[in-house]
Amino acid sequence: MNRFLASSLGKKAVMALTGLFLISFLVVHCAINSLIFYNDGGVNFNAGAEFMGTNPIIRTMEIVLFIGILLHIYQALILTLNNNKARPVKYTLNAASANSKWYSRSMGLLGTLILMFLIIHLKQFWVISRFTDEITGGHTTLFAKMQEAFSSPWVVVVYLFAMISLGYHLLHGFRSAFQTLGLNNKKYTPFIQAIGTGFSVIVPFIFAMMPVSIHMGWVK
Amino acid sequence: MNLTLKIWRQKNAKEAGNLVTYQVKDISEDMSFLEMFDVLNEQLVHKGEEPIAFDHDCREGICGMCSMFINGRAHGPAQGTTTCQLHMRKFKDGDTIVVEPWRARAFPVVKDLIVDRSAFDRVISSGGFISVNTGNAKDANNIPVPKQDADNAFAAAACIGCGACVAACKNSSAMLFVSAKVSQLALLPQGAIERESRVLNMVKQMDEEGFGNCTNTYACEAECPKEISVENIARMNREYLRANLK
Ligand code: HEM
Ligand code: SF4
Ligand code: FES
Repeated sequence: MNRFLASSLGKKAVMALTGLFLISFLVVHCAINSLIFYNDGGVNFNAGAEFMGTNPIIRTMEIVLFIGILLHIYQALILTLNNNKARPVKYTLNAASANSKWYSRSMGLLGTLILMFLIIHLKQFWVISRFTDEITGGHTTLFAKMQEAFSSPWVVVVYLFAMISLGYHLLHGFRSAFQTLGLNNKKYTPFIQAIGTGFSVIVPFIFAMMPVSIHMGWVK
Repeated sequence: MNLTLKIWRQKNAKEAGNLVTYQVKDISEDMSFLEMFDVLNEQLVHKGEEPIAFDHDCREGICGMCSMFINGRAHGPAQGTTTCQLHMRKFKDGDTIVVEPWRARAFPVVKDLIVDRSAFDRVISSGGFISVNTGNAKDANNIPVPKQDADNAFAAAACIGCGACVAACKNSSAMLFVSAKVSQLALLPQGAIERESRVLNMVKQMDEEGFGNCTNTYACEAECPKEISVENIARMNREYLRANLK
């Protein structure tokens, strides 16, 4: 196991497994938050949020999720630093766009943008709901907090930009994870790639519609 | 055709190099890229200048020596083609062509466009073989091999060890080369016996040589002159996982 984790292939497997785990989290997060689209003043959404905030299984998963994110980021950092070292003298002219997609070559950058967004995002909602009594004490609701945050056009722009970054990160990451885990097959790979593309467009789009809809007053 | 060439000149491994501009005239479009270099080198010799050092051997696309990074592409703009098989008709009269050596920590520049690819040899020595007792060669058809396996092994065996995959990869990763060798042997009954130790040793050596980590951009597959498939990389990922679980 130590030998595996110390090798380049093992480190990549950790990236892939944590990445897929984060993808599974996105599904749950996206589903719960979509409750705002009931357009019922946030009643369903607040109930969902309260369930997520109090259920012991979910709270345990939250810890696992944080470990997953930290592992993903830690491993990303090591791999990226290592990769930069592997070419000390750069090419004067490198026509990389002729052989690969820009987002597949920019996973570190896209990930960093996602990380910056995560810090802002967690501070805006998670810290308030877990470490202050604003919501648990009944002074306000998470939905009201969303309305407050998304009244600012700048916040909406930051969220939109972050969701575009996430979309591109996933566009490469989803299929890449399967390849890393050795799952490449003439018959199934086209399906995996199609699902990956669909996921990378649809999920960030739904997420992006949340701040937009609240800002525009479509969801009240 | 007349061309402007910007070529990497570097005296030796220690000194810093730089791009030097040269002009060549009346180049036939039927020449190969290396023949165009021969013309340029004759010019240089006539002028009493040091000719440009570049690697080449077979000049028919099978030895993998002719490493050149041409206009930002490994082996130049043509798909599935080595530099020696690249014709000048792929360029236009008046073009400026930039030629650099492979760039990777594991492939240090020896002189001008020549790099030291012995890291690949050490990866091969670490496990890219099968252990057999010597004696008379057996009839190859004595051991039945499923057609699909034979085809996949054969396709992987087309790798000529040129290093274009490393040169093109943003991470200087050697995954396509190593996975082609691992696949070629693991797929056949003669190689299957040592498949665990082989993949463990070859990956270990690959990492020690200072190649980067694969991020699946697939630049390698796009630039490989033998069009080796990234399916081999997935196979090596499987082989490695399997060997570690045993
Ligand atoms: C919700 C958030 C995230 C998700 C769902 C996600 C998902 C993924 C997936 C599926 C992969 C592919 C793994 C593979 O190629 O084997 C990946 C790779 C990667 N991620 Fe993330 N990631 C997220 C956040 C981040 C963050 C915050 C960073 C950096 C700070 C980051 C940096 C990277 C890097 C550098 C790679 C490696 C690229 C590669 O190997 O192809 N990711 N991610
Ligand atoms: S995999 Fe292709 S590019 Fe890499 S060494 Fe073999 S032939 Fe050259
Ligand atoms: S000189 Fe042998 S492959 Fe080009």
